[in-house]
Amino acid sequence: MEAITFFIAALIAVAGACGVVFLKNPVHAALSLVATLFGVAIHFINLEAYFLAAVQVIVYAGAIVILFLFVIMLLGVDRAESMESDPIIGQRQVALLATAGLLILGIFIGVAFSGEVTGVPPIEAQQSTFEGGLAIDNGTASDKVPPQENIKEIGRALFSTRYVFALEITALLLTIGVVGAVVLTRKTKSELDPIPVVEPPALMRNFEEEIELTLNEDEEKPIGENTDPSIEDLSNDELEVNGE
Amino acid sequence: MTFAMAIGTEYYLALSALLFTIGAGGLLVRRNPLIMFMCIELMLNAANLAFVSFGKEMNDLGGQMSVLFVLVVAAAEVVIGLAIVVAVMRRRPKASIDEVSVLRG
Repeated sequence: MEAITFFIAALIAVAGACGVVFLKNPVHAALSLVATLFGVAIHFINLEAYFLAAVQVIVYAGAIVILFLFVIMLLGVDRAESMESDPIIGQRQVALLATAGLLILGIFIGVAFSGEVTGVPPIEAQQSTFEGGLAIDNGTASDKVPPQENIKEIGRALFSTRYVFALEITALLLTIGVVGAVVLTRKTKSELDPIPVVEPPALMRNFEEEIELTLNEDEEKPIGENTDPSIEDLSNDELEVNGE
Repeated sequence: MTFAMAIGTEYYLALSALLFTIGAGGLLVRRNPLIMFMCIELMLNAANLAFVSFGKEMNDLGGQMSVLFVLVVAAAEVVIGLAIVVAVMRRRPKASIDEVSVLRG
């Protein structure tokens, strides 16, 4: 049963991951990410990490992916991305090569010799759990801890002296995250922002030229020299008004 | 049907490596910053899976604790990253990471 669950969940996770990478529409990619997160949550249940499975679904699929979708809708980038833009020549080919190399490195070296890499032999009790996980239910039922015990253990460990300082740092990190998000997305009146600096003078100049044109038509003075000082006078007046 | 196949830690590690590789490849290939963030999430999930499977093999709760902290850090990272993306996209509406190759607003 564990093997069947593993392969189904692995299929869901890998298919979702491929969807994230290969789907062109960002909304579809975000929904594929949900599939991957659910697959990993099933794996967490398989590995008896029940609390983490719940947290995975609630935090990742419920909060982070929704945040992604919210930003996609806010920015209006939910149209398909053009895959042709390739500023660095052959970057995608090199990326595929690097990916294949990383896969070989990960699976064939890190995994096939995992016992030698970690250097820790598997514990006897755990070995019996892994080997007899399918054959008889009685053998696994005694080894598996119920979900309540998992949550209790995590709660006790979280507030034990070993992890409580990391927990406090986590609270600080979340506070910094909230403040940083507010600061970054606020509309600033800085010098980098081109809209309030550049546009109002251009609008004012057009307006003054229109006024000048209407004045010329009324007074019927076809003299070219007279226009420039009058514009300067008008602009000076405007500046004084603005200064006050 | 005798599908009596023991799923050891190495299966989970293989899946974790596969997920991490897909995420890394997507990060290199894609241009949309939002999808690049999703690929980072994929890589973090692969690392989480490896943490939990190692924690089960060692019969230690430290793996699950690490995953808990990785989750919090990932949430904070996504919030800050998406705020940066929103701030950048306001000035350069084209959704491509090549637009921001120069580190200036």
